[in-house]
Amino acid sequence: MAEVVLLDFWGSPFGMRARIALAEKGVKYEYKEEHLLTGKKTPLLLETNPVHKKIPVLIHNGKPISESLVIVQYIEDAWSDTAPLLPADPYGRSQARFWADFVDKKIYDQGKKIWANKAGEVQEAGKKELMESLKLLEGELGEKPFFGGETIGYVDVALVPFYTWFYSFETIGNFSIEAECPKLIEWVKRCLERESVSKSLVDPEKVYVDLILVLKKMYGYE
Amino acid sequence: MANELILLDTWVSPFGMRVRIALREKGIKFEYKEEDLTNKSDLLLKMNPIHKKIPVLIHNGKPVRESGIIVQYVDEVWHDKAPLLPSEPYPRAQARFWADFVDKKVFDAGRKVWVTKGEEQKSLMEEFIGHLKTLEAELGDEPYFGGEKMGYVDVTMVPIYSWFHAYEVSGNFSFESHCPKLVAWAKRCMQHDSVSKALPDPEKVYEYVLQLRKRLGIE
Repeated sequence: MAEVVLLDFWGSPFGMRARIALAEKGVKYEYKEEHLLTGKKTPLLLETNPVHKKIPVLIHNGKPISESLVIVQYIEDAWSDTAPLLPADPYGRSQARFWADFVDKKIYDQGKKIWANKAGEVQEAGKKELMESLKLLEGELGEKPFFGGETIGYVDVALVPFYTWFYSFETIGNFSIEAECPKLIEWVKRCLERESVSKSLVDPEKVYVDLILVLKKMYGYE
Repeated sequence: MANELILLDTWVSPFGMRVRIALREKGIKFEYKEEDLTNKSDLLLKMNPIHKKIPVLIHNGKPVRESGIIVQYVDEVWHDKAPLLPSEPYPRAQARFWADFVDKKVFDAGRKVWVTKGEEQKSLMEEFIGHLKTLEAELGDEPYFGGEKMGYVDVTMVPIYSWFHAYEVSGNFSFESHCPKLVAWAKRCMQHDSVSKALPDPEKVYEYVLQLRKRLGIE
């Protein structure tokens, strides 16, 4: 087995976080695709993440780490001499962790209310909640180029992958995220100028056609 | 500037207990402020406008929020006293993973038990016990999740022990019969002042739960 292996799924924003962090640190790794849409999980996944049976899983010298933000913090600790993602001071670190935790608590679930439902009350609630969350994040960004300040940091890594699902939210929910959060979209474009991000994120239209619409059919969310 | 620490908290919150234990383990003095969550103080709303929740640790006027994040902050600022997270990257990642498991699975299932009844409650109780068994397996034969000493996962998990009595009376069972090693671990932690001082009287927790369920119209 290669020294660093990432078990992942092409469309997962959580997997993208790990990809970006590894790229930022210049770490070479072997990417292994879990074909989640087939409904089958590989023995390697079940063995390395028996508790949650989910991707991403980072395997470093044979030792597995699970949960995307735990993985990103591990990458930060294990390759601490390059491209720090967290600030050096404890207070700055606590704030970065707070906002990454905010992204974790809100964005996926609120987005799911939009894509996994037909037009109606639940979908409308999802749109409203998502826009509130994104506006709060936009406020936290303020005038900084990135959440991490002059360069991308922990919060940027935690949030930017969800951009790949925005097109799906907007198309299914019939609304525009850019119209209400233009500064956030500008921030996304700035992030995409970095190779670590542009190479880790997938095409939003591909997410819509090959993932979201497929999931909707699979689970009967139509 | 002198270190001024204020903890906004409530006596029954397992999340608040985590912070109290961490601060006491490190021998750090702090001012405890009890919040009435039905009538939140201006200070709480100002210091945590996004979630409006306790605990909040205010250090020299600056707020730190979310219990796990607060404990990590305390561990980093007072890193020379009673370290809670391991120093090596891989064991640190494992500690963070298991603390996340406690939050996502154990505490979440445990909380839902109180707002349900009948078959739904029974099935959530089974789920809760299942998660405790997973933790028990992870503990193995070590005295603490942190190894020889209490660490981040111990601090994250032990507060729920103050709620065990309430679960046992309501569900008419005993945790000891399902996960004896975990109960032994909790009692071991309770021998530490930092833990025994932070955890409330289990009878009081049980009374609180009965009143909560009455207020929510469940009983």
